[in-house]
Amino acid sequence: MNERPLPMFGPGSDPGPSFSELLRRTSPPDAAPAPAAGGQSTVPEVAHGTTVVAIRFATGVVLAGDRRATSGFAIASRRIEKVFPADEHSGIAFAGAAGPGNDMVRLFQTQLEHYEKIEGESLSLEGKANQLAQMVRANLPAALQGLVVVPLFAGYDERRGRGRVFSFDVAGGKYEEADFQVNGSGGVHAKNWIKAQWREGMTADETIDLAIRSLFAAADEDTATGGPDLVRRIFPTVAVIDAEGFRALTDEDVEPRATALLGGPEEGAGQ
Amino acid sequence: MTMPFYVSPEQVMKDRADYARKGIARGRSLIALEAADGIVIVAENPSRTLFKISEIYDHIAFAGVGKYNEFEMLKIAGVRHADLKGYAYSREDVTARSLANAYAQTLGQVFTHEMKPYEVEILVAQVGGTAEADELFHILYDGTVMDEEGHTVLGGQAETISETLENRYQPGLSVDDAIRLGASVLGENDGQPLAPDQLEVGVLQRGVRGRAFRRVKGDELTRVLAG
Repeated sequence: MNERPLPMFGPGSDPGPSFSELLRRTSPPDAAPAPAAGGQSTVPEVAHGTTVVAIRFATGVVLAGDRRATSGFAIASRRIEKVFPADEHSGIAFAGAAGPGNDMVRLFQTQLEHYEKIEGESLSLEGKANQLAQMVRANLPAALQGLVVVPLFAGYDERRGRGRVFSFDVAGGKYEEADFQVNGSGGVHAKNWIKAQWREGMTADETIDLAIRSLFAAADEDTATGGPDLVRRIFPTVAVIDAEGFRALTDEDVEPRATALLGGPEEGAGQ
Repeated sequence: MTMPFYVSPEQVMKDRADYARKGIARGRSLIALEAADGIVIVAENPSRTLFKISEIYDHIAFAGVGKYNEFEMLKIAGVRHADLKGYAYSREDVTARSLANAYAQTLGQVFTHEMKPYEVEILVAQVGGTAEADELFHILYDGTVMDEEGHTVLGGQAETISETLENRYQPGLSVDDAIRLGASVLGENDGQPLAPDQLEVGVLQRGVRGRAFRRVKGDELTRVLAG
């Protein structure tokens, strides 16, 4: 019997349903001490995740990302994941420093579940987006040293009955997008493609194709964005979120769609 | 100067235990059963918002009887314990055994050191890959932990209900059968069958990746009880 004592608090110091606040008030088991502030002004080159997109359609949203992480001019990973479920009806995708990005995703997932279990009901979609904005703002000191993480948050708003997309800036600004948003180095190319093709009332199926197509266009123009890799069978991560919840597409679903693009309009453009 | 009366430690402990038991006996009972495809917890609870049964983590549920604010506080501490552990290590490292030990320590401490003991009895249940791997920890107001097999009853009339349950429980029940058995045994103890809106039912479904806890309520519960 040498368990850690239960985390219990007096009425004045109770962290409520906030997991970040709970972390601050307890010393989490086996946590490494926080790095000392100040000192070196930039951090050495670390892995960076690149292009992610979020697109709204008639009854939900599609969240997708390529699989490449770069470290300077080198490829740090060919199969990194940048799209994750946040909870049953929402998802998060990040571009930027992969380490802090993964950490932010894990903290965010834990926070949403923690709130739900303590309060007995989920946060509203807007509430979740605001929580994420606070986490992005908390990362600002690290961002100033070069560890920028900017997430995209998308989900199905059960109270309003539609998909919604939120983007963020480094300082924790939260912006709701009308229809779609992108992030990361290849984002501008992906966005142009989406902008040209998107229309109101698309089906999930059409939107999945548009997302994969836009990532393909980004990979075509941006060295840091990975295209479909037929040799190693690596394909973009794609998730659909609608009234039925978050579901990630399997490689078997994505492969034929990605392969079909190889004969598309980019071919033979000669540029 | 006044001298305090001498009270023997035996007497102090006995008084505290009596006090706690009296508090617990005032509340309604609760039954947990291991079934073929999960663990079923059935409680008599007319409230639809103040729960006795709650989710702690992926495969772990909590149930309490006695004083609501006290077991609710223990539930929240359990969720915090589990989430902190899962965040620091991994989701697989959160176990019912470790949580049950932490509860036992806290309840034991409070029982001997505080003004008044907690008037609660709690259950920590964990569903495993097979029925043999299921775990039911029944923890008393003084920190005593019992590792139960098959089924357990919490609350004031636990002994009589246990006897009835003992005769009718068999391993390998379906979840629906287990819910019906739990509801009918609780009802018999009251002398009248319980309506769906007087029951709170939680299930830890076997074979689910991630969060296995769900509540059976409303139309679904009515259908199961009628089946």
